[in-house]
Amino acid sequence: MGFLDQFWQLTIDGLMVGSLYAVIALGYTLVYGVLQLINFAHSEVFMLGSFGGLFVARALLPGDGSVPGGLESVGLVAIGLGAGAICGGLAALTLERVAYRPLRRRSAPRLAYLISAIGASLFAVNLAGKEFGRQNVDLPDLFHNGTVFKLFGADVSTQSLVIFAVAIAMLVGLDRLVAGTRLGQGIRAVAQDADTAVLMGVDVERIIIVTFIVGGLLAGAGGFLYAMTFNASYSMGFVPGVKAFTAAVLGGIGNVRGAMLGGLLLGLVESYGGYLFQASYKDVIAFLVLVAILMIRPSGLLGERLGRAA
Amino acid sequence: MSAPNVPGQPSPANPGDQPDPVRGVPAGAAPDADTMALRRPPAQSGAARPAGANPTDGPAPPPRSPAGDSAAVGRGAPAGGVAPGGRSPWHPAMLFTPARLRQLGALVLVGLLAAVVTGPTGNSDEPLQAAWDSIADPRIVLFLILAVALWVVLVLWAELRGVLTRLTAPVRAPVGAAYGRRGAPIVLNVVLLAIAIIAPQVVSTAAQQSMVTDIGIYALLALGLNVVVGYAGLLDLGYIAFFAIGAYTTAYFTSQSAMPWHAPFTLNPFFVFPIALVLAALAGVILGAPTLRLRGDYLAIVTLGFGEIIHLVANNADGITNGARGAFGVPHLSVHLLGLDYTWGIDPKPYYYLLLAIVVLVMIAFGRLERSRIGRAWAAIREDEVAAEATGVATLRLKLLAFAIGASVSGFAGVMFASKQFFNPQSFSLQASFFVVAVVIFGGMGSRLGVVVGAVVLQGLAFYLRDKVEPADRYIYFGAVIVIMMIFRPQGLVPSRRRRREIELSEAGIGSADSLGSAPAGGRP
Repeated sequence: MGFLDQFWQLTIDGLMVGSLYAVIALGYTLVYGVLQLINFAHSEVFMLGSFGGLFVARALLPGDGSVPGGLESVGLVAIGLGAGAICGGLAALTLERVAYRPLRRRSAPRLAYLISAIGASLFAVNLAGKEFGRQNVDLPDLFHNGTVFKLFGADVSTQSLVIFAVAIAMLVGLDRLVAGTRLGQGIRAVAQDADTAVLMGVDVERIIIVTFIVGGLLAGAGGFLYAMTFNASYSMGFVPGVKAFTAAVLGGIGNVRGAMLGGLLLGLVESYGGYLFQASYKDVIAFLVLVAILMIRPSGLLGERLGRAA
Repeated sequence: MSAPNVPGQPSPANPGDQPDPVRGVPAGAAPDADTMALRRPPAQSGAARPAGANPTDGPAPPPRSPAGDSAAVGRGAPAGGVAPGGRSPWHPAMLFTPARLRQLGALVLVGLLAAVVTGPTGNSDEPLQAAWDSIADPRIVLFLILAVALWVVLVLWAELRGVLTRLTAPVRAPVGAAYGRRGAPIVLNVVLLAIAIIAPQVVSTAAQQSMVTDIGIYALLALGLNVVVGYAGLLDLGYIAFFAIGAYTTAYFTSQSAMPWHAPFTLNPFFVFPIALVLAALAGVILGAPTLRLRGDYLAIVTLGFGEIIHLVANNADGITNGARGAFGVPHLSVHLLGLDYTWGIDPKPYYYLLLAIVVLVMIAFGRLERSRIGRAWAAIREDEVAAEATGVATLRLKLLAFAIGASVSGFAGVMFASKQFFNPQSFSLQASFFVVAVVIFGGMGSRLGVVVGAVVLQGLAFYLRDKVEPADRYIYFGAVIVIMMIFRPQGLVPSRRRRREIELSEAGIGSADSLGSAPAGGRP
């Protein structure tokens, strides 16, 4: 079968994964917009969120080993999403308090933040490995009616439909939050100029915390979706983390809509590339994309500023 | 970040007749000029300051805030009522201000976390069981006692500190004097070297092995990364990739059997040193050239990705690198020259002394590098990149140079490592890269002695923990060490004076301490 035969199938898979990258990328981009700081430990927020969602969903599975279906599945997904989001938000909040806030109080140099985030990431990954074991954890397939409909001859499964729909809903919701609410106005104000925002009466401290929490909620919910499709493990955060970061840079880091576009594009590129070359080189493709953008257009497709473009 | 209320700002307008709002500060220790400089908004003081100005006429670094103030992770407002250095009469109730109680709460949480970290290992079927078991264990009492004890010590220290500074303030030397001496005294160096020479004679063989492959190699790696992090102020998170390049280069050139892919001839490992050096430096340049033009934090993530890719390739390319099984049978180092025949064999001691000699040479060389024109240019870039650029420092090229030098040291260490023992891709994991970062941070970035001490202490800790905790779990402790150092002692265990001063100044809003751009928003208003 040639590439063209597979084209639509690859597109659908790419969009599904890409929408997850977009959801994670938003966390990088929001924190970057507000603090001009790459939150290296964001991938661990994602990991902890997916564990949280997965464990809650597993606890609610019927004990007799039967797999739920229909409305039960929808309920499980909703609960898992909620639990994942809460765990992600808590993880992001803790991260901000422990690894970032003490440094902000001192106006520490930027290098200190990066290193502190690396330390926090190392700590979280290995503690999760110790507490939850170092094997993959997964959830039985919640949707087993397979293909819902065919699109240009390609199968669209319920699973990918659910993931895509939820991810897009979160993206649109976040976009409305940033563009249309008072909180979003605060976020954009801090992103444009934190010092001036203080003078205008914006509580920068609060905005920073809320930004971390929003990023964490999204990453946690996205983590549950990811774990539902693939699986969860203590070291799961790294690869999607780097890819989401690539997506954020691709769209223009600090730019909310850029992160969405970047995520979807990266998912597609990876899906096509993985088919054309070799599936095991998928991760390399994302990295090459990152280096290429940094060389050709470091400000990304849609430009960098959260304040301007959102 | 203007700094009108830097903690410890002496106020010359009220030299003592008013209640001093400042706590724990040698009042009047800094001359007026310093006060002015600190008060200047950064727009003037930041960009216009000549980099590396004479420390004595520069502004005084702000004294660190009292322990009670900076210690608690979750502290809120400054400890308003507690004024150890103030004039208000002391009262026991002052021990229990909201800030202090929050500090106690934070310490108790840290104690609980420590109990979980050291507690039993869990599994995914009962995700919370392990954490609960560690907290429900009687051991928890010990951790809580430790937490409270630490709190008492911190509180007493904050109280005593105020009294002590008031007593000793008049005899304090000017701050500038602390920067007058340069380098550690010779006696200290000789003593440390003597200890390093004698040490392998008195420890077990297992410890000797560890002194070579863990401490020695990592000291060398840390010295190399120190050029990147400490001197140039960049962050390289894929540092171990260059180490892997060095190791695989050695396997390629010195053995026909170690890897499926090998050179048509074999070389003595000593000849591979220059090859690996050049190859690693080249890889560094290729990676750094597109990235270093951009913000410094991009370098961190690109190197991170690069490190992971090298690891992936080494692990998966069975036909080239022998994959996960690793390269086996790289010959030991040997000399056959002018009738001299010597082979470094199984015994770790000869390797140790060779490594020691290399480490000492590298330390001396980098010391000279640090004080050379290049080293001073790096300092200028760290402290104020715009000013450095404006005065004609080729910032991009110098950063690239630092990156390449760091990479080449890593490649060099890789040759050492490969010729010492069997290796497989596990030695080049991401965590190893993070570990080198931890060593540099813990020891003190910018300090050569510091990073070597960091390697000794952290690898010593790893050696000590080797059969007490699971190997992978040790990284929990290293991660915690990194965060704790960044919060409480960013300058490291054995700080470089200049680096410490830069960090302190940068925290007061003057200049920067790295080449990654200005500090993030949301700092002290």
